[in-house]
Amino acid sequence: MIKWWKILAAVMILYTLVWGLLNPVPRLDILNETIRNVYYHVPIWFAMLFQMGYSVVFAIKQLAKNDMRSDLISNQAAQVGLFLSIPGLLTGCMWAKFTWGTWWTFEDPKLNGVAIAVLIYLAYFILRSSIIDELKRARIAAVYNIFAFVMMFVFIMILPRLTDSLHPGNGGNPAFGKYDLDSNMRTVFYPAVIGWVLLSLWILDIKKRLATLHYQKHEE
Amino acid sequence: MQNGRLSHLIKKEFLLEFRQKSTFAGILVYIVATVFVSALSFKKIIHPMVWNALFWVIFMFIAVNVSSKSFMQETKGKGLFNYLYYNPRQFILGKIIYNMLLMATLSLLTFFFYSWFVGSMVQDMGMFLTTLLFSSTAFSGVLSLMSAIASKANNNMSLMAILSFPVLMPLLLVSIKLSKHAIDGLAWSVSYKYLLILIMLNFVVIALATILFNYLWRE
Repeated sequence: MIKWWKILAAVMILYTLVWGLLNPVPRLDILNETIRNVYYHVPIWFAMLFQMGYSVVFAIKQLAKNDMRSDLISNQAAQVGLFLSIPGLLTGCMWAKFTWGTWWTFEDPKLNGVAIAVLIYLAYFILRSSIIDELKRARIAAVYNIFAFVMMFVFIMILPRLTDSLHPGNGGNPAFGKYDLDSNMRTVFYPAVIGWVLLSLWILDIKKRLATLHYQKHEE
Repeated sequence: MQNGRLSHLIKKEFLLEFRQKSTFAGILVYIVATVFVSALSFKKIIHPMVWNALFWVIFMFIAVNVSSKSFMQETKGKGLFNYLYYNPRQFILGKIIYNMLLMATLSLLTFFFYSWFVGSMVQDMGMFLTTLLFSSTAFSGVLSLMSAIASKANNNMSLMAILSFPVLMPLLLVSIKLSKHAIDGLAWSVSYKYLLILIMLNFVVIALATILFNYLWRE
């Protein structure tokens, strides 16, 4: 039985892939046609943050109720989040090469934030794999997950506001947000965000079912 | 009664530390050796950015090394006693406060040796010491919890570094920014917002550590 939101996810992403390349965009200095990356790069980051937030919510639930189901979901959501960081980074690097002239720079707080987020989740999986006892692993991983998420939130959300970023919309660079993301672009951008978040939920759904099957088989 | 137990805990930590003089002496030798090695290999540091970065990297390694010990001595029997006698909030607060005092002292010592061997570039000493104080308190908050986590996962030394480096990064960057301001001797009004963030991070870290430790504690 296919759920309606899975169809919606497929339709929306297909729509943004096609119409994202066809519809007219404002011509801005430096950005030019690369502004279309906002349809792919930004929604992927939104989906990643969504999955990481999802993971933390279930980590909190795990600590409150101490059930293994929440731990399983929390773990799988973190994996999906980490996986989404790969296309997010790739699209970002490609875009940066054509606008800033470099694949990667340490000058930008958002790039550093993403690097730290990836490191944090790698550390999370290493922590998980180093504890054998299931209940103990669930609790300790949840504690690290919550703590790390808060620190990451500070890193991505608060620190970039203090310094200039090379990203569009920061430090005098042309922005997507205020005046450039015109109503024309919104018709692609918002569906893209919804589509990618739904797609990430779809991936999570499959992973969840797979992990549950593994777990049940392991129990027997 | 409540406060009495907290002060007991802190006193206990000090007693344990100084009963084994070799541990504290070991930390001192570690600091001197690290600073000496960097002084020898860099010969002379001209650029303030390099001076700043090297100092904070040294400090971060010392902090992680020192605080990784804070839960390692907790054997199974001791853990059971602590579990029955103290409540988790007191226990972690005791650890954090002790670590704060230790870390503040060590940061001053590191700075002392660093400016002796490598030379000091700080123009605004008040600002630098304020930064050092607040960042060492926040460091000890983060590292106490990380050490508790690592101790539950078989006391793996490299795990401690893997877990804490990325989490320390926001703290470290704010501290580096502030100490750069201190080195350049900028007006305090420039640094206020960073100082505010640093102090806010202190509160966030300590609050989270006290809440979350409750869940680590039960076996």
